[in-house]
Amino acid sequence: MTAADDLDRRLILATQAGLPLVPQPYHTLAEQLGCTAEEVMTRLSAMLARGTIRRIGAVPNHYAIGYTANGMSVWDVPDECIDELGAQVGALAFVTHAYHRPRALPDWPYNLFAMVHGASREEVLAKVDEIRGGLGAACRCHDVLFSTEILKKTGLRIAG
Amino acid sequence: MRETGAAMADAAIAVLDAIDRRIIDALQGDFPICDRPYAAAAEKLGIGEDELLARLQSLLERKVLTRFGPMFQIERMGGAFVLAAMAVPEADWARVNAAVNAFPEVAHNYRRESALRRDLAAPLNMWFVLATETKAGIAEAVAKIEAATGLPVHPFPKLKEYFVEMKLVVRAPGAAA
Repeated sequence: MTAADDLDRRLILATQAGLPLVPQPYHTLAEQLGCTAEEVMTRLSAMLARGTIRRIGAVPNHYAIGYTANGMSVWDVPDECIDELGAQVGALAFVTHAYHRPRALPDWPYNLFAMVHGASREEVLAKVDEIRGGLGAACRCHDVLFSTEILKKTGLRIAG
Repeated sequence: MRETGAAMADAAIAVLDAIDRRIIDALQGDFPICDRPYAAAAEKLGIGEDELLARLQSLLERKVLTRFGPMFQIERMGGAFVLAAMAVPEADWARVNAAVNAFPEVAHNYRRESALRRDLAAPLNMWFVLATETKAGIAEAVAKIEAATGLPVHPFPKLKEYFVEMKLVVRAPGAAA
């Protein structure tokens, strides 16, 4: 591992629980890491540009901001048109994630996953019907799985 | 840290005032990288730097926000983040749940139930995300969980991610916006 990689890694370790809530957070991080604030800002900008950092900001607790129902909708659509359909589903405002994933046959025929958030199960199911309508005949079967219990939620942590 | 079933119920919908809502809606991304980022963000929101810092502190303490900072994409660092599921028999639930959650590679774990299919004998009802620092770590974690539980683990790696808007607008009740 190069020294450059090492600074990125130490920056990740120092910020994965959150940014310091002080007027100059990047200066505070620089002091912790033994580099300059400019270096911290350059590294963060570079990680943002190459996608190592998706975004910097607030991560809301879905439940606390009113999205008390979250449904994982799953769809069996033809592989040859999944990218077009995935983009179409992902563009809907109430879909927060959309992925092409492998099937696990015979019990799991679904290859398109879309997370739907709403204030109630009824609202989520109505939105799922909207997706169903948009997919038309391309949808061979579908299901919605609701989370009924959070069993663990620690988020991503890399070891120090 | 392990959350129990009560977590779902006690994650009560927060009461947020108009400024809290504006902060959450506006700051889900694009936090500035500059000398005084909170001052820059506060100016756009029409509040002071001190107020923004105090509000963020309070939103974190009240668990309205789970974090404030960079969201990392582990895949870009050589690691992997894979959704996986198991069909866990009801009678064995507590044992399997404890065994799965004991693995540090398990980042999130949710119990899920099907809304449309009630006919499956062994539905996939435990869904978790494996996060490992290397791609090879996923297969190792799957093998370890299978050995510890005696049940098959189905990994569902993403083959492709479709673009989505990253913002959820605050729905919580509160003072008129």
